[in-house]
Amino acid sequence: MSPPKIELSGVKKAFGEKIVLDGIDYALPEGESLVVIGGSGSGKSVLLKCILGIIRPDAGSIRIDGEETVGAGSEAREKVRGKIGMLFQGSALFDSLPVWQNVAFRLIQGQGMERRQAKEIALGKLAQVGLAPPVAELYPAELSGGMQKRVALARAIASDPEIIFFDEPTTGLDPIMADVINDLIVASVKKLGATTISITHDMASARKIATRIAMIYGGKFIWAGEAKDIDRSGNAHVDQFIHGRAEGPIQMAVRRP
Amino acid sequence: MIGILATIGRAFLEGLAALGRLVIFAGAALGHMVRPPFYPRLIGRQMIEIGYFSLPVVALTTLFSGMVLALQSYTGFARFSAESAIATVVVLSMTRELAPVLAGLMVAGRIGAAMAAEIGTMRVTEQIDALTVLSTDPYKYLVAPRLIAGATMLPLLVLIGDILGVFGGYLVAIYKLDFNAAAYLRRTADYLEFMDVVSGLVKAAVFGFLVALTGCYHGYNSKGGARGVGQATTNAVVSASILILVFNYIITELFFAR
Ligand SMILES: Nc1ncnc2c1ncn2[C@@H]1O[C@H](COP(=O)(O)OP(=O)(O)OP(=O)(O)O)[C@@H](O)[C@H]1O
Ligand SMILES: [Mg+2]
Repeated sequence: MSPPKIELSGVKKAFGEKIVLDGIDYALPEGESLVVIGGSGSGKSVLLKCILGIIRPDAGSIRIDGEETVGAGSEAREKVRGKIGMLFQGSALFDSLPVWQNVAFRLIQGQGMERRQAKEIALGKLAQVGLAPPVAELYPAELSGGMQKRVALARAIASDPEIIFFDEPTTGLDPIMADVINDLIVASVKKLGATTISITHDMASARKIATRIAMIYGGKFIWAGEAKDIDRSGNAHVDQFIHGRAEGPIQMAVRRP
Repeated sequence: MIGILATIGRAFLEGLAALGRLVIFAGAALGHMVRPPFYPRLIGRQMIEIGYFSLPVVALTTLFSGMVLALQSYTGFARFSAESAIATVVVLSMTRELAPVLAGLMVAGRIGAAMAAEIGTMRVTEQIDALTVLSTDPYKYLVAPRLIAGATMLPLLVLIGDILGVFGGYLVAIYKLDFNAAAYLRRTADYLEFMDVVSGLVKAAVFGFLVALTGCYHGYNSKGGARGVGQATTNAVVSASILILVFNYIITELFFAR
């Protein structure tokens, strides 16, 4: 049996006094799409950044294709990063570069591809996310939020990565555009056969993208399972979250009138 | 009393720690600067940004400094009939001190601030994380081109500034103070040594490097949104200016103190 594509064990991270991740264990097999749900500030983005090696975990192990990445040398880390595409929560497009160069960035800078050929591929990826060639010449600041998300999606899939992370791909979009993005994610994942981890607050989006779901609370995965079982989790935290209720075991730190 | 001493001590240690972090950053940046991949396109863009677009500011500053230098030395030197030394004073002050320091400070305000703001914005909008994820080293892609451009373009600006400063002095001496043009130029050339110009250019290279370094450092380590970026910009200009003045003394000492 081949090792899981991504394997987390005992991943911990604290910022000063504040414990964000408190021992995350999970094994994600190849070709699966995990959606991580959880409240704002529960450490979802931090978890992705730990896997990417942008944030160094305090403890634990993260294996990708069976290879340890925590504490690995920069060369090994580079090799792992080459397999991963990421859609950042705030898009994080390079505002000094036109759209097509954003999409083609890894192809040109990372892989040293001819600019002509890279542009060709970038235009193809932009078409996949429903953006016409004239958009390719614009700068990110000239785009709407939804268009920026789509460019970021095109950039994440541009180098045909084996693993893709989507950090809140639909937050801040209208419901129709959100569904368009969901469809795009599902379609591009199917096309690439990629293993994905997505983060979302949006249950409609989670149901659409996920084959598996995990809920993070108090720095741990308090529930993890098949996406179809989310409504029968038998976990009060999960039930409260997916139905969006203020009353329940999860108490927001707000003062009630 | 103890409280004051403790505060001073703490500020001193904090300052040392900050200097240490800057030195570590510089070391990492230099390490990346000499190893491929290189980004000639980005180096070129930074060179234009620093060299070409700073030209008007540096030109005006040095021209007027040369002019005022001639005027001031005239009124001073006339008191002991040493007016003939004006040409020498102008050319030595410009090449050794004024052109590099003034150009350095002007470029710190213009370029150091812009670098800190741009890289700081990239930091807080996660663009630097995105670079890393896209298999590109931010030190090589963002920092190294700016350091290279800073260290090479400032000497060029200072060379132009030297010429304009001397020209400013010449204008005032000839057209306002009625000096003989040929005699003035001869005096300018007679006492100028090669080392005077070279020391100024070495200073310029160091200052250009420092401006780019502090701009990148403060931008790279900025946090906390727009406010943090604003803070980074201010810190970049202040620390670049201080370092320029400190290194100006150190380099002068190395060149001329025997
Ligand atoms: N670089 C950092 N330095 C200090 N604290 C951080 C840093 N990054 C994240 N945190 C803290 O870690 C916690 C988790 O942040 P994270 O961004 O992972 O939340 P999240 O689950 O993605 O929330 P959201 O759904 O709102 O995006 C937050 O309390 C945040 O303040
Ligand atoms: Mg987040």
